Amino acid sequence: MSLLPKPQMRGLLAKRLRFHIVGAMITSLGCAVLYKYGVAEPRKRAYADFYKDYDSMKDFEAMREAGVFESVQPKNS
Amino acid sequence: MLSLPALRVGTLARRGVLGAASIRAAHGHSGHVATQEDMSVPHYYDKRSFPLPDVPYQKELGTEQKALKEKEKGSWKQLSNEEKVALYHLKFNQTFAEMNRPSNEWKTVLGGIFVFFGITGLIVSPLAVSPVFPPKPRTLTDEWKAQQVKRMLDMRINPIQGFSAKWDYDKNEWKK
Repeated sequence: MSLLPKPQMRGLLAKRLRFHIVGAMITSLGCAVLYKYGVAEPRKRAYADFYKDYDSMKDFEAMREAGVFESVQPKNS
Repeated sequence: MLSLPALRVGTLARRGVLGAASIRAAHGHSGHVATQEDMSVPHYYDKRSFPLPDVPYQKELGTEQKALKEKEKGSWKQLSNEEKVALYHLKFNQTFAEMNRPSNEWKTVLGGIFVFFGITGLIVSPLAVSPVFPPKPRTLTDEWKAQQVKRMLDMRINPIQGFSAKWDYDKNEWKK
């Protein structure tokens, strides 16, 4: 019977903790970075672009003509 | 109406084919004796989560086994490897490798799940198309839904990233 190599006897919990803590840090930071640059920044840009040339009165007149308001009627009726 | 298949299942069960014990034995779970163990005294068990049986596996020892036990009381360096393995098998039934061996039980479980899904589908699907349900509400007709979409676009629902953002107001059509 050949001798097997001596297995790891100590530091098992420390090794597991290190692996998992490093992995958890990387995973959570990665999720945060992906969300920021995948979702948050495009959304902020979309809102800024929308409101840059937004004419609220023109939008209001369009909605009024479509007849969705109760306080004002379309101009021709 | 239901008695004939029930009779046939009864004969199959009596043959032990469908029994839970035979399915468990097919996957190598219990290799137990047919007689009932006396549960009022401590008994041997192989358990992965608590591998400390109450009694050794071989309780009554033959003469060479008794001699081996006497030799065990001395220094263990004088024991050969075969003697150490023999002492192990006196104390324990299965090794950890044998106890923890994987089985094919998951295939049986999954297969049984799908079989019962199928039976349920066979029972339910005729009912789904038959006229047991009341007529659908008028808010689900295509005409109503089109008027609803038009009203949502008129109100500019979610004009930045959502619903109305996908509508081209100049050309009066959905954006490509």
